[in-house]
Amino acid sequence: MKFALNRRIAGIAVVSALAVTLSACGQDAVQTEETTGGSTDDATTSALSGAIAGSGSSAQEKAQNAWLAEFMGKNPGVTVSYDPTGSGAGREQFINGTVVFAGSDSAFKPEEVTAATERCFGSEPLELPLYVSPIAVVYNLPEVGVEHLNMTADTIAKIFDGKITTWNDPVIAAANPDATLPDSAIVPVNRSDESGTTDNFTKYLAAAAPEAWTYEPDGVWPISGTQSGAQTSGVLEVVNGAEGTIAYVDASRAGTLGTVAVGVGDEFVPFSPEAAAKVLEVSSPTADATDLRLTFDLARDTAESGTYPVVLVSYLLACSQYDNEADAANVAAYLSYIASPEGQTLAASPEVAGIAPISDALRTQVDAAIAQITAG
Amino acid sequence: MAAPTDQRVTPEVIDLRPPSNTGNRVFAGLSAGAGWAIMLTLAAVALFLFVRAAPAFTSSAEEIAGVSILRGQSFWGFVIPLLFGTLLSSVIALLLAVPLSIGIALFISHYAPRRLAQTLGYIVDLLAAIPSVVFGLWGARWLMGTIDPVFQWLSDNLGFLPFFQSYVPPARNIMTASLVLAVMILPIITATIREVFLQTPRLHEEASLALGATRWEMVRQAVLPFARSGIISASMLGLGRALGETMAVLMILSPGFLMNFFLLKPGQHQTIAANIANQFPEASGLGVDVLIATGLMLFIITFLVNVAARAIIARRAEFSGAN
Repeated sequence: MKFALNRRIAGIAVVSALAVTLSACGQDAVQTEETTGGSTDDATTSALSGAIAGSGSSAQEKAQNAWLAEFMGKNPGVTVSYDPTGSGAGREQFINGTVVFAGSDSAFKPEEVTAATERCFGSEPLELPLYVSPIAVVYNLPEVGVEHLNMTADTIAKIFDGKITTWNDPVIAAANPDATLPDSAIVPVNRSDESGTTDNFTKYLAAAAPEAWTYEPDGVWPISGTQSGAQTSGVLEVVNGAEGTIAYVDASRAGTLGTVAVGVGDEFVPFSPEAAAKVLEVSSPTADATDLRLTFDLARDTAESGTYPVVLVSYLLACSQYDNEADAANVAAYLSYIASPEGQTLAASPEVAGIAPISDALRTQVDAAIAQITAG
Repeated sequence: MAAPTDQRVTPEVIDLRPPSNTGNRVFAGLSAGAGWAIMLTLAAVALFLFVRAAPAFTSSAEEIAGVSILRGQSFWGFVIPLLFGTLLSSVIALLLAVPLSIGIALFISHYAPRRLAQTLGYIVDLLAAIPSVVFGLWGARWLMGTIDPVFQWLSDNLGFLPFFQSYVPPARNIMTASLVLAVMILPIITATIREVFLQTPRLHEEASLALGATRWEMVRQAVLPFARSGIISASMLGLGRALGETMAVLMILSPGFLMNFFLLKPGQHQTIAANIANQFPEASGLGVDVLIATGLMLFIITFLVNVAARAIIARRAEFSGAN
């Protein structure tokens, strides 16, 4: 009995000692972080400090995580956070002031521009196209024998609309004389959730193949009764789960699946970051674009050689005027980093997001817009 | 003779107050508090649902038209196929799980040797501990590939029946989702029914055996009638879990918003919970309210199912193992 009591007391003592030690450890860690964060003060470290929060497009999530990690490494006094709530929620949160910058797969609608101007203390908001990502049309045909299947926009539209139903259809065979096309059914797969990828893909189909694709472009797939998956990972599960499937996904996630070379003019162009970036060069600004709101009317039906028109352009939204110095300085620095060659190259690496880096001409415009961010 | 001295009993001060009631009162208070707490929590959830769902019902037609997830339908046109899908998958899961559960519970309580019964009971309880995400992954990665030839055979040979028409691989249809749901609700139903079977009065069982019944006849005469209400209440528990199951359905089903009985076709049905999980990340404004309103519908359906179950059990209250 005494022995048992001693053991019980010893047990309680050990547990409490452990608890106290571990909690002290935790506190120490936090304290050391804070002290190193604030006290390094040599000339090469930046003088920025504060916290900025952003939210929005889930397509930008991976790139944003890489960007903010690098940025916070260079600017230890600043904390940046990005919450991938979705483009709609991101624009909403930006307009009601919850976040100071946002990521959105589509530009502001006219009524949102007015609301955003109000939020920005009467001055114009910024819309910067800093995330250009190619969308690949992937298929699961391990025995096909060629690196890319050639398909025109019309063929792609008919496949996804269920009008072309077998792989060895004469239309596909005519464009791919070297491929071994099986006599099996084509199973188109789409995103089951509302997504910027779907929005941009349907916009491409509507622009490049208007006779074959008669549905309104939207973030929600317009055809019912199809195989679908939740988010990119769900779609890839479905494609990898059966042969003969075809889907559209962010190109950086295509992995080992075959990808389609899309018909542009007379040639077939497989996806690549350079070909995707070229689309912005041949596109013209929208009617209501300004120096600060660099929105583009993407020329998805372009016949320009060497372009890959199936792209997703995602914007970074910010204010040109903030009510405090810290926000203005931090947001301007962060956006500059994203637009810089090293920021774009970082996000262009396949392990991060595989984006197409913006051209120097566009960077000049973007930097000019960022320079107009002030506090006051 | 000694004089009566200290033999006299000195009475202690007699405490005429009744025994202390503090312990009683504290415990009664704690129990009442716990009861109130759970009722308040339920009220808070119900209030949240009603308040946040209200805009979906009271908004004007053009505001509703602007909600993209509705695809141009009214709210009821959106939610009724979801209710259909939810009930369809849950009912199929119940039809598959309940007979199997009764069999397992019967085996554990009346047929298996003690050691085997304990092990089997333990394994079934272990099945209940597996998270639903893991079931979703198992269903998506393994079950779909394995059941593909079965569905293909059904579709090729029994395709004239609407249930087995038009199978398209991979097997992302309501049938696969219901199979996974059945596996998920099996442990709850089995555990509850097993307890009920074990509570059968031994006198009844032995009387039945004494009258010359075989073991199966004894079960049919003494155990099953006694356990009928318990089986129903266990099924309602399982149904409640199946109605609200989110991750497994989200990872397995290719959703659609139709109402039909094409069990093997993809892109036909969707459940309310999986729909909310699917569309919530990109929803905003009135879209969020619409999704919460579908959650309210699920809440009401679950509530009605439980009320019906309670009514059925109450009819047999005097002779049941459920109460």
